This record gives sequence, C-alpha cells and structure tokens, in this order.
Amino acid sequence: MKEVLVLGGGIAGIQAALDLAEQGVRVHLVERTPSLGGRMAQLDKTFPTNDCSTCILSPKMVDCARHPNIVLHTCSELQAVAGEAGAFQVRVLQHPRYVDEERCTGCGECALKCPRKVPDAFNLGLSQRRAIYLYFPQAVPLVMTIDPEQCTYLLRGKCGLCRQVCPAGAIDFEQKERELTLEVGAIIVATGYDFYDPTPLSQYGYRRYPNVLTALEFERLISASGPTGGHLRRPSDSRPARRIGFVQCTGSRHVRHNRYCSTVCCVHSTKEAVLAWEHDPETRSYIFYTDLRGSGKGFREYMDRAAREYQVTFVHGRVAQIVEEDDHNPVIKYEEAATSRPQRMTVDLAVLATSLVPARDAPRVAQILGIELDEFGFVRVDPFAPTDTSRPGVLACGCCLGPADIPQSVAQASAAAARAAEWVLG
Amino acid sequence: MRQAKDRAEETDESPRIGVFICHCGHNIAGYLDVPALVESARALPGVVWAGDHLFTCSDAGLAEIRAAIARHRLNRVVVASCTPRTHEPLFQAACEEAGLNRYLFELVNIRDQCSWVHMNDRELATAKARDLIRMGVARAALLEPLSEAELPVQPEAAIIGGGMAGMTAALSLARRGFAVTLIEREPELGGILRHLDRLYPTMVDARELVARRVAEVREQANIEVLTSATVQAVKGYIGNYELTVRSRQFGPEMELPVRAGVIIVATGAQEFKPFGLFGYGDDPRVLTQQELERLLAESNLPSPISNLVMIQCVGARDETHPYCGRICCLTAMKNAMRLKERDPHTEVYLLYRDIEVHGTHFEDYYAQARDLGVIFTRYTPDAPPQVADGRVLVYDELLGMRLSIPYDLLVLSTPPVPAAGARELARLLKVPVDEYGFFLEAHVKLRPLDFATDGIYLCGSAHWPAHLDEAISQALGAAARATTILSREQVRSSGAVARVEESLCRGCERCAQACEFGAIEFVELERAGVLYRPGPSLGQKIARVNPVLCKGCGACAVVCPTGALQASHFTSRQVTTMIQAAMGH
Repeated sequence: MKEVLVLGGGIAGIQAALDLAEQGVRVHLVERTPSLGGRMAQLDKTFPTNDCSTCILSPKMVDCARHPNIVLHTCSELQAVAGEAGAFQVRVLQHPRYVDEERCTGCGECALKCPRKVPDAFNLGLSQRRAIYLYFPQAVPLVMTIDPEQCTYLLRGKCGLCRQVCPAGAIDFEQKERELTLEVGAIIVATGYDFYDPTPLSQYGYRRYPNVLTALEFERLISASGPTGGHLRRPSDSRPARRIGFVQCTGSRHVRHNRYCSTVCCVHSTKEAVLAWEHDPETRSYIFYTDLRGSGKGFREYMDRAAREYQVTFVHGRVAQIVEEDDHNPVIKYEEAATSRPQRMTVDLAVLATSLVPARDAPRVAQILGIELDEFGFVRVDPFAPTDTSRPGVLACGCCLGPADIPQSVAQASAAAARAAEWVLG
Repeated sequence: MRQAKDRAEETDESPRIGVFICHCGHNIAGYLDVPALVESARALPGVVWAGDHLFTCSDAGLAEIRAAIARHRLNRVVVASCTPRTHEPLFQAACEEAGLNRYLFELVNIRDQCSWVHMNDRELATAKARDLIRMGVARAALLEPLSEAELPVQPEAAIIGGGMAGMTAALSLARRGFAVTLIEREPELGGILRHLDRLYPTMVDARELVARRVAEVREQANIEVLTSATVQAVKGYIGNYELTVRSRQFGPEMELPVRAGVIIVATGAQEFKPFGLFGYGDDPRVLTQQELERLLAESNLPSPISNLVMIQCVGARDETHPYCGRICCLTAMKNAMRLKERDPHTEVYLLYRDIEVHGTHFEDYYAQARDLGVIFTRYTPDAPPQVADGRVLVYDELLGMRLSIPYDLLVLSTPPVPAAGARELARLLKVPVDEYGFFLEAHVKLRPLDFATDGIYLCGSAHWPAHLDEAISQALGAAARATTILSREQVRSSGAVARVEESLCRGCERCAQACEFGAIEFVELERAGVLYRPGPSLGQKIARVNPVLCKGCGACAVVCPTGALQASHFTSRQVTTMIQAAMGH
C-alpha cells in the first residue's frame, strides 16, 4: 500500500509530505487547525539569516496544496488507529468549517460584515478577529472558517449575515462532522510543540504587568502580518518600545518547571533584538542569560554580530524578579554573575523566552498511536534511528521530539519520510 | 535526449504584459509606495494589467496571476517582489498552469535589492523600484518561450564517506532497492566512531555500534563498498553522474568508474589540532579530547591520575574559528565521567565559557557529571586560562577568585573542522563551501540537506558539527531527498541555457575554454543540404551545447567573437533593452 499518514501541517509535516509525494507515495496530511503553516507561520523572520519566515514557508505550503499526491485534511484530528506497520487503519475526524472549501475564494467579504468580534488565537489574543475568519492572511487552503463557539447563528439561530453577503455561496451552516477511514502503510507524527505558559512563574508578573510579554507575543507584535502591522508598540500605552529586556530560560533549566534546555531561545531572543533594532535603531536590547547557547550553523557568529552591530548586550545573570514602576515600566531584578551583586534595570518592555513544551494534545495522540513518550512528554525515539518511535511503522519528526530549530526539523522530516518510504515501498 | 513538448505560444504576437507588485507584508510596502508603483507600471509600453497583493506568493496571489492571464490574455508576466532564488519556480509554475510557457515570466527583485537596503528613504527607494520594474517590463517584452530537455535517471547512488552518516544513507537507499557505491578513503568503514570510546548520552560502546553497522553494510547486496578510495574526477549531471575513483582496495592502485544518478556527500569533520596552544605539541601531558578518548578506549591511560584539567573552547569562538563546536562540551563531560568511573580519586576540572548542552536529554547528562564530582569552572575570554609549571591559572567568574590547579594531564577541547580534502572534493563536485570549509547547503533553513546543484546532497558533520543522532537523521533525510530523484525515470533540464547560432560559428573554441561546466563540445557540421551563406561549410567544426551541463551563466557568450553563442534566457538584446530602460530611453 503506497499511502502514508502525516499528522501535523507545520514545516516538519510539510517537508515529510513533500518528500514522500515526490517519490510517488500518496500522502494524507492531517492538520488540526484550518491551515498549514504551524509555528513557523507565526514567526516574523528566522535566524541566522533574517529570512522572512512567511516568504520561505509560503512556497512550501503552496507546493503541498498543489501536489497531486498530497490530500490535505485541515480542521481534522486523529481518532483511532488499528492494524500494524504496512497496513494501518486510521480514523480521522474532520470538524466542520461551515464553509464549502470548493466554493470559498477567501475574499473576506463575510468577515467584514460579521458582527461578532473575538480574540484572534493566531495573534495570541493581541488582536481581534470575527466569528468567521481566515486563520492568517497566507492560509493554505485560502478558505474562511466559522468558529462554532462564537457564531451567533450556530449558537442561537440568529444573524446569518455571512451567508447573505458571500458572493460565492460558500457558507454552509448544515455542515457536519465527517469521519474518514484511511488505509496507510506508515504514520509520521509531526505534531509540534507549545510554549510554556509563564503565569505560574509569578515573580515575572506575566499577565499582571501589561508590558511583560512572551517571546511569541513579541514575534507577533513585530511581524508585518501581526496585530500592529509590524510596529513595535508596547501594550500599556502604545508607545514605541526602545529599551527591551529578554529573560532567558523562562521555565527552562528549572528543577520545578522544565529541567531541559529549550535549545532555540538564546538565538531566538537575539533575533528578536536584532529585528527591534532594524525597526528602530534607537532600540537597546539586553539579554539576560544563564549559558549563552548557539551551536547551530552560523548561530554564534549571529550572536556576536548582534552584540557588535545591533546594540544587543548579553548580560550573564539569571533574572530573579520583575516588578513594575510608574508608567508600567518593568524593572528587571537580576544577579549579575560577573560581580555576584543584585542589580536592577528599568525597561520599556520585558520579553520572557519561554520553554518549548510538548503540544497540549501530545498524550492523547500518543495514546491513540500506541507510542511511548519520554519523561518530559515528548515522543520517545530510538537514539540510533532517531525518527523511529516505539511502534514499528510510526515515525516522528520535528519538535514533537523535543525542542529543535527549523533546519533540524526539516532534516528529521526528510529522515521520517525515508523510513516511512521503506515501509510502504521497501 | 528527447525535447519536451513545446508550448505553442505565438511569440510574434505583440506583448500583453501583466505586472503584479507584491507588498511582501511589511517588507516591501513598509518602505516603498506600492500604489504609486502600480500606477506607473500601468503606463509602461505593452502593459495591459497591473495590480498589487499583500503576498503574491500566497494561494490567493497565485490564483490572481492565473486568473489575470486568462482574463486579459496576458502573454508575459512580471512579478515585482522578492528573490528568484526561492520564488521564481513558484510563479513560473503558476504561469504554466495558466498555459503560459514558464520562460515568459520575469521576476523583478524590489525587496532584497531595494526595500531592504533603502529603508530610510521612501521616495528614492520608490523611484529605484520604478526603474527596476521598467527594466523588467522592457525585458519581458522580448522574452521567448523555451523548451526543457527530459533526461533519463540512472537509479544508483554514489555516497562519499563511509562513516555512520554515509553507511546510514547507503543502508536506507539499499533497503529501497537502489544500488549504492559507498566510497571510503580509509582502508576500513566506520569513520570517526572507530576511534571513540563511548557515545553520549547513551554510553553505548562506539566501536561495537560501528561494527554492527559495518556488518549490515557488508551483508547488503545492493551496496558496493570501495575502501582506500578517493574521488578523482566527477563528470555528468543529475541523473547521470560519472565518478572516477582511485582505490588501493585490491592491492595495486587502480581507477574505477562509478556511475550514479545522485551523489551524497558524507565526509565528516576532524578535530582541530591546537599546536602552539597551552603547550600542545611540546608537552606530552597536553592532549586533545579525541587523543584522551583513544587512550580511554584502548585502556592505555597512565595510572593513577590525581589531577586532570580540561579547557573548553580551545581554538573555538575566537578569530581562527568564530563558531561554537557544538559537540565539545558533551564530549568533555563524557570523558570526564569515564575518568571518574575509572578512578573516583581523579580530580577532573572542566573550564568552560558557556556549557552547550541543548535539548531535552543533555541537561541531565550535565547534572550526572556534576553529581560524579566533575568540577565545572566558568572563565571569560577577558581572563582566559594560562598554563605555567604544570599548573593552570584561571579566574573563576562565579567564585570571584583566581584558581591555580596542578595537572597530570591537560586536555584541550577543540572544535571540529572540515575534513582534509573537503575543499578539493567541493571543487570536483562544483559545490560551495562556507568560510571555514564546511559544505554549504542550498538554503540554511529549508534545504539543509541539498546542494544548489541538482542531484547532490549532504549530511553529517561535512555540513556542520553534528551529534550522532543528528548525523543519522540527516543521513536518512539525505537518502529521502536523493530518492525523490532516483524514484523517477526522468528529470527535466533548464531551458535557460546557451545556444549556438550555427551560421555564425567559426569553430574557434574560445567558448569551450571559457565554459566552467564542460558543456560545450565541437562537432562536425553534418546537416547536409543546409547552406549557410556566409557561414561554416560542411565538415567544419562548430560548437554544440549540452543543455543539461549548461548552467546558463553566459560566459561563452561573452568570449564569442562573432555572437554565435547566446545565453538564451539572457540574450544581448534583452540585456541591452534593460540598460536602455534604466537610462530612461
């Protein structure tokens, strides 16, 4: 059987699907959200080249959607798996979009008229969207989605404005859940990761202080497709943020939270500081670190250049606490390693470099697939066959294995594709 | 070689050009006046339609291109956006889907070459973009449809380097049924692992693992192993490479031809030898980590050792090698723990700058080393360790004191550097290396295992220092990338190649000398009945271009004294028109 199931439509899932499709394998790509793209779609630029994330990702998403060997199942979730390597029977639940994918052109007329405003999850609640919405501007497929928990028509049978204005006649309130049964020879898990919610680290004041953000929130703020159109304004008063403190290891390398190092945060914060400077050369950034880690290709040179040319200062010292001054200015209290003295620094904006943690539904997915997770909740693989899970025929790649940067995820995705192809074509 | 079917565009039809200007989110629209660019594009000769889009490369943007081609009967398309490096194929495919030959497309780079470099002057940057678009439109009017050749693929792979990466890639391809030639420089397969003791973080015996993998390779009927073998020459192109391999495997040195549809580079890296640093090379008590590990593996260490000092980042993160070696911290911890297991009374000091133990499992490994009593001391580059009279002097930043540590052995952790011969191999394969000599991939983020040259892939530490699991992942990945070619019967060449106007060729052979790719050969004019007047006569030698080898660089066109050689997608006329357009003519 020349078919493979790929779970997750982020960059890892996309790469695995493309590598298999190009070998003549038919791929079912199952994505939980309404669009391909995953985390990478939420990033503004990527280190160490400052390549625009959307610009390099978009062609891959489009390739995936256009490929004759790839069947896209968005808004879909894994329900059950039976059988064994070479002959799995998989049940996938497709949630209704209430929009006909074939008819919708993504013109957005409906969202202009929809009266119901809700926080936009793609922008982490930093902006609002309507109850009918496009997941993000470059979504693939470029199709609107109705949020059934917010739509007045679906909840109370009133409104229906979107159906009236849709020029394509694509709105379908009658759409139902659909269950698909697929026969596949192998399964690739590429379900990605979530960011650690730093609220329990109450000493940092996240959610209490408006100008304390997470790294991903910062990424959305500085992104051209983000809530402020790429203008770096701090939440409390919309003033430009010119003095920024980055708090490394927020939740990572911490005995009570996540023991491990999240791998990408040192270079990621460096990149965000560089971007802030590029938007406004008056910007001064301070990165408070435990160990400064960056051993990927070109990473160390990137950090050195940030210090030399982009007014980024690396401060060796762990942040103990963030308090707030007048004007909602965060004050970062830290122990400076060089002097072993407590210090404080007032900034316009504090950014928490939060840990990468297993995706929320990782345990459920693992249970359905019958694969083992490691002590942290990431998918366990064989160290000498690093995409093989504990169940034959089930492969894994990308950040569901643990924190990884984009090229690592892409390489692992190709590796998983190779192993899957051995099962179905070997 | 069969010519792909030509699409029947009427090139003599007057140009109907569509111009699509991309905002690229904020990247272009943030710094250029896009509506003004659309207006001015509309007024250019031959332009029948112009518009803009937030992201022209999105599904919606591409749909708009296809729709406009149909609606306005466009026969040329110009997109003003980002770089052709990543986006040209995408837009060309959109044109093709709408029935337009892909070479009737022109990409104008108003981002990398305009908005990104002129962020501070909107007006002048917009004026420059206007010039660039005018040039692109002028060229577009002269574009011609080109055809691509289809070539058969040899379903075999050549893998250079028989370490863990090369063996892993070979096994994966062999299990898929492809024939593989595995070329190893040393007399034995196994690479660096043959000289290691244990592997972090599993503490598996390196030599046992490698022996198992070598046995698997030897049992695989689809893999032919050439040891004591080096690549001497590489000819050919994707689908049809031919390598000349010199081997002493069977006694006397002999040259063997190896045919392959694809090539995988897995030549690894080597440890930097820090001669002149901390007494290395003069003082027999000073070793590198790999030298220490070899002694550990062979149980050849002197006993007892009361004090052993390791210094991290020797020859790394400095002017010679500005990068972090990635594997050295973990290698040092591993050897330190082995020393502690061997003799708990040995004091092991590990002097570091930043401990590089990223990822989920290495942090625990670091904790294990501390629990075993390895002493970690942080130093800064302003106060680096110094060696005098069998003692290491170092300022401990965290304690705020100077330490003086005596040593029986001093072990230097140095970064991996490219394998000897990497640059020479790169030259033979015509692929690039970075400033240090590591092989340079096609795209840092999204094509980590590909070279820009079609049909050649890379994996393992030849690309960048890698942990073993990473090298294995990359090797399997490179196998998958290679399989996307091997599993086809044919691949297509580019249409943008040099062509010869035979009536002008004098057979002087200057073009062949200028060609870097060996794409030009000279053949006797054989087409009887064709009389060029004036021109070469029957039997005279004239140039012929192999469209697969040709990269369309145009070097031949530059040296040709008669104008017989032309780069077909960049003809003199097209380029002259662009210059005239730039000058406002």
